[in-house]
Amino acid sequence: MTNQEWPLYEVFIRTRSGLSHRHAGSVHAPDDQMALDHARDTYTRRNEGVSIWVVRSDRIVASDPAESSALFEPAEDKIYRHPTFYEIPEGVENL
Amino acid sequence: MKPEDALLAYTLRLGDTALVLGQRLVELVTHGPELEEELANANFALDYIGQARMFYSHAAALEGAGRTEDDFAYLRDGQQFGNVLLVEQPNGDFGDTIVRQVLFETFYIRQLDTLTRCSDPGLAGIAARAVKEIRYHLRHGLQWLVRLGDGTGESHARVQASLHRLWPYCGELFAGDDVDEIVGTHYGGPDLSAIREQWEHEVHALLAEATLEVPDEPWMNAAGRQGVHTEHFGYLIAEMQFLKRAYPEATW
Amino acid sequence: MYTQGLDQQGKTENRRDSLETPERLEAFQARIDAEEKIEAKDWMPEAYRRTLIRQISQHAHSEIIGMQPEGNWLTRAPSLKRKAILLAKVQDEAGHGLYLYGAAETLGISRDRMVADLLSGKAKYSSIFNYPTLNWADIGAIGWLVDGAAIMNQIPLCRCSYGPYARAMVRICKEESFHQRQGFEIMHVMANGSEDQKAMAQDALNRWWWPSLMMFGPSDKDSKHSAQSMAWKIKRFSNDELRQKFVDVTVPQADFLGLTVPDPDLRFDETSGHYCYGEIDWQEFHDVIAGNGPCNRQRMETRRRAQDDGAWVREAARAYAAKHAAKAA
Repeated sequence: MTNQEWPLYEVFIRTRSGLSHRHAGSVHAPDDQMALDHARDTYTRRNEGVSIWVVRSDRIVASDPAESSALFEPAEDKIYRHPTFYEIPEGVENL
Repeated sequence: MKPEDALLAYTLRLGDTALVLGQRLVELVTHGPELEEELANANFALDYIGQARMFYSHAAALEGAGRTEDDFAYLRDGQQFGNVLLVEQPNGDFGDTIVRQVLFETFYIRQLDTLTRCSDPGLAGIAARAVKEIRYHLRHGLQWLVRLGDGTGESHARVQASLHRLWPYCGELFAGDDVDEIVGTHYGGPDLSAIREQWEHEVHALLAEATLEVPDEPWMNAAGRQGVHTEHFGYLIAEMQFLKRAYPEATW
Repeated sequence: MYTQGLDQQGKTENRRDSLETPERLEAFQARIDAEEKIEAKDWMPEAYRRTLIRQISQHAHSEIIGMQPEGNWLTRAPSLKRKAILLAKVQDEAGHGLYLYGAAETLGISRDRMVADLLSGKAKYSSIFNYPTLNWADIGAIGWLVDGAAIMNQIPLCRCSYGPYARAMVRICKEESFHQRQGFEIMHVMANGSEDQKAMAQDALNRWWWPSLMMFGPSDKDSKHSAQSMAWKIKRFSNDELRQKFVDVTVPQADFLGLTVPDPDLRFDETSGHYCYGEIDWQEFHDVIAGNGPCNRQRMETRRRAQDDGAWVREAARAYAAKHAAKAA
């Protein structure tokens, strides 16, 4: 029974023009075109969207949480990348 | 018939058709073939009920007799409903439902499209909203038509049978009467024979894409617009109207 | 709402990590205690995963089965406005079921499997939906009481430790905010309407009051899953705490409506500031859970029929997709 299920799609919605698409949830659909319809009918019932992306869930490549220290922690000590790292003398403006 | 009476009758027929089809779709709730389709169907039903309310409210304003949308929906008898017979046909299986939707909506979208340019601003405004809704219904319905037609042997046979069952009701879509004629002349309403030509052309192409055959059944004589319904209709409105009619003094 | 797919990708990687060592369990609990969210691919104890699958799928099934009692009045709604509102609400329930199935799928179970478990009777759903809707006021009572009780349960779930479930609940709670109000409005109109309408409203309250209290589940002393779920922050308040809160807010609303709560033992206790309520009929609760409520068989039969009747449709869409994928390749 399990392998008869329609494939799973992840749904991304742009809620207003000017914003990026954001993950809203998932739907099952037999194919890409139907996935768009299903995403529309499921996730934009309250006027939440101006654009939809759908992508087969099994096509998403994700980072592994087991590797998260290797992937993300090295950035933690690069504090000089943030503007607050720098001291600006009193009285200097527009910087 | 005075032009304003024709316009009122015409608006009510639009309301009746939207309401009856909406009621049929409402009956399908909890019976969908998959959860995602359950949501789609409810959207379609909501659109039709919303359209019915707009048409009835406009009719109430045209009539100016203090009636409300609910008076039109709940307190008229069967023979006063002027919906086309195609939309009151029972839901049947999913194939029947899809075929009914596609056959009707390929007609209805053209009717609405013309009405967006008609000279009655109220009707034109409603049509402008409704036409967008129906455009999406059709997008979805047509996707299903090709998937069922060109899916499995069983789905093909089922949907071809649905087509044969519902085809005879299509002739009525284009069989206007004096109401259509007067609204055409005085308000720029649609020319049904022109729509028929476009409809036949489109439907033949769609059926070909769905690997389905155009039925050779002749179109039946039908007079839904004049209030002569199929036997299914009495049950539909009995159920719909029962509560309102059982307690006529109550508000809800 | 992320995915089985993601979950499967990590599988080989996870195998060598899957051993539930004391260190690992402790580190997991520390994350929970620090209010960190657990995400689909994160390491988690098997029991945590199983508990979530059970709870989320049960919640999803409740949304889907819950469409039926209200759906029963859709064709007979007494005004077009009420018809549209009720339809939008029932549709939301389908949507919420869908969101919740999606959240459970991130834990590595398919929707098909969950539906099969529902249809075989292995999975449960909220017992409340095994009661019939007999008059229009039942639609009001469901919105007011059943959704009211559900909200009490659901709001704390927005902070649940499992990210996909918490996010689904945020969306659900936001969408459901109109559900309870529309129910109360129906009750209010009817309680202030004709004698017939008042009688319907009281009749509905009489039938829905006790089943609503049962929605919070067994009393804390008999609740077998509670302590662990609290520690994992899947659950934030005990059954009895939530039930008490529900009674405290609902009784004054019933008074406002001029309706009588069907509990002769109900009284306000000045010292505690809470309402004391009578003994719940736990035998009835267990009977309904066991499948012997007034509508259990009917609800399952309706669900099963939809599933069976839709088989050829789902199959056709799959066949079409396969054909056209082959053509494109």
